[in-house]
Amino acid sequence: MAAESNGRRSASRLQALVVYVEDRPGVLTRVASLFRRRSFNIASLTVGHTDQPGVSRMTIVMEGDDADALRCEANLYRLVNVLRVENVTHLPSVQRDLALVKVRCPASARSDLLQVCDVFRARVIDVSPEAMIVEITGTEDKIEGLLDVLRPFGIIEMVRTGSVAMTRGAEAPSVDPHFVHATVSGVDSGQPDQQETGGQGGTDVL
Amino acid sequence: MDRKGAEILWDTLVHAGVEVVFGYPGGAILPAYDALLDFPIRHVLCRHEQGAAHMADGYARASGRVGVAIATSGPGATNLVTGIATAMLDSSPVVFITGQVPGWMLGRDAFQEVDMTGITMPITKHNYLVTSADEIGPVLEEAIYVATSGRPGPVLVDITKDALQKMARFVPGSRPVRLPGYRPDLRALPEEFDQAIALIDGAKRPVVLAGQGVLQSRATGELRAFLEKAQVPAALTLLGLGCVPASHPLNLGMMGMHGEAWVNKAIQEADLIVALGMRFDDRVTGHLQAYARAARKIHVEIDPSEVNKNVVVDVGIVGDVRETLNRFQGQVAPGHRDAWLARIAELKGDSAVRDIQTLPDNGRLLAAHVINDLWNATGGNALVVTDVGQHQMWVAQYYHQETPYRFVTSGGLGTMGFGIPAAIGAKMARPEEEVWVVVGDGGFQMTSAELTTCVQEGLKINVALINNGYLGMVRQWQEFFYNKRYAATPLRNPDFVKLAEAHGLASWRVDKRADVRAAVERARLEEGSVVIDFRVEQEDSVYPMVPSGAGLDEMIRRPSPIVETSQSDW
Repeated sequence: MAAESNGRRSASRLQALVVYVEDRPGVLTRVASLFRRRSFNIASLTVGHTDQPGVSRMTIVMEGDDADALRCEANLYRLVNVLRVENVTHLPSVQRDLALVKVRCPASARSDLLQVCDVFRARVIDVSPEAMIVEITGTEDKIEGLLDVLRPFGIIEMVRTGSVAMTRGAEAPSVDPHFVHATVSGVDSGQPDQQETGGQGGTDVL
Repeated sequence: MDRKGAEILWDTLVHAGVEVVFGYPGGAILPAYDALLDFPIRHVLCRHEQGAAHMADGYARASGRVGVAIATSGPGATNLVTGIATAMLDSSPVVFITGQVPGWMLGRDAFQEVDMTGITMPITKHNYLVTSADEIGPVLEEAIYVATSGRPGPVLVDITKDALQKMARFVPGSRPVRLPGYRPDLRALPEEFDQAIALIDGAKRPVVLAGQGVLQSRATGELRAFLEKAQVPAALTLLGLGCVPASHPLNLGMMGMHGEAWVNKAIQEADLIVALGMRFDDRVTGHLQAYARAARKIHVEIDPSEVNKNVVVDVGIVGDVRETLNRFQGQVAPGHRDAWLARIAELKGDSAVRDIQTLPDNGRLLAAHVINDLWNATGGNALVVTDVGQHQMWVAQYYHQETPYRFVTSGGLGTMGFGIPAAIGAKMARPEEEVWVVVGDGGFQMTSAELTTCVQEGLKINVALINNGYLGMVRQWQEFFYNKRYAATPLRNPDFVKLAEAHGLASWRVDKRADVRAAVERARLEEGSVVIDFRVEQEDSVYPMVPSGAGLDEMIRRPSPIVETSQSDW
């Protein structure tokens, strides 16, 4: 996915949008409702506060190609409470997902499980006589990798946050109200497309 | 000075220039109605909230100013929904105010509680739930601003009963609206303009597609100047009718499903399309894969989400149509496109002999004759409001719009029942205009109760009821595509003359073409509103027609008796 992107635009099955919205009641519903009625599929959606009061930040991973993402972006801008949309799919960026996994683990299996966790740099955050809760942060791929090796132990339950994303480098997208956005032909008048301050390719592995 | 939320509501509207609201009272909105008596605002009492919604919409379309409709919570509010969606699809600036149950009852399924902001989220430009008195003023100012700026659209403000009753302090117009995420004034990049100009200058067979955006940005003069300088012919959408005079040599006429054959053919042969303030609706494009394949495309639109939505374009210019046209007009080279204009004239070819006006008068009354004679008798100067269906298309084809802003119709949503209430709104907005409603017998019965509203308000509108005893447009589809199996389209109608008279209107019947003109003259002389029951040919169809899903040039043409005769002579 985009975590190892090289900054070039191409068709992609998954698109990661960072969306700044006003922190008001109903905004999440407006965004979700927009995706539903325009038939965009959400793979994951996370939302939380930013360091700016009154502004929330969403990371939306949607299924679709670049044209879908542009349409989605333009539609998001139709929502009065949306401040800024940035498609980070083709920007040098990092994405992280967090998972909590409750694994069946009798005392006899404990050391094996701890070893696996160590390899994946996952943390054990709760231990009970028959089970452990493992916390892992990473790319979707990395989490899938851990799940594959945990499955034989017996996964009791699992929860994932969905991706959060951030571009690399010293720049951040402006949520300045005077920022004028007028991109429809694929020309982005906002952040430069080819910003590679963060060392492309990165070290986004285990 | 502290005062009730309800007083702030009206004061804010008065300050914003609102002179009339359309509505229907009820429990939750009662505090607002009580306060209304103390403010200089005229209230038009509809007979169904759908009527209020269409009236406010018709008012907005005819005046270019915000329309306001008001209703109570629950069923009052849900009755507005069709009207809200109608305004949404046609980008009409309407503010809907609904009462809501008191704040402490919200979410408890209280009497007449319904989640109006939830229901209207997909059919409003924006909406608000107001639960405190001090929000009422700022939110209403914001709502009016959002409704009327950028791409206009409906905004709903749902206000709890206790917010209307509580005290607050607000001075209308005292603080600017602050909407950090709202961008009604987008601009295209300079290089996008350059690309567009280069395409226009280089085009041999360009066509402008002009839509309602031209009218809404008040750009009719700019459009004409641009067309004349660049010598580019223009095809119009249904809602764009009037933005170029019908008689202007560069005006091709209406495009799309029931557009004239030569217009659609010209679009299919064009090497450049310049779309202005229109959104490539499926009724305009026909089958997308077959649409204008030879043409490069420029799309000028204030709403970026419309660009590349249905038709992928070469250059998208986001921004106000008028500003853009000014720039185009200044920069394009004077055009010489005689060959292309001659080609279009040639395309018109046989259309004249297929025209319904040339059909011999065989004693039967055709709807198109009624429209044509109405156009003649009114000098083409009436403000015409239509309902939805065959008669709507005949009005578009035969009531030639020489001037802008004299045609009101429901395009995007195609709302039957729109005509009569929208005409009431239009008449309120432009009392000096002669208002005619053309409505079918189906749509008439959906909102005919509003005829009483006309009488109650002392308004004069003239209703031309095109009565063919069928749901005509659906019947036409059944004839063409369902082997004439007329499922649920024949109508057993009431006596419309008696019905209109019961409402207090003058009414009479016309079934001969010879009597049409006199009937129009008589209607104009009547002091109050009238309903003329035109008994027209029952199984007539609107031609030409691009079947749904067919290419734009694959039209079903009117079988012309004149053409057939000349062929049999060979």
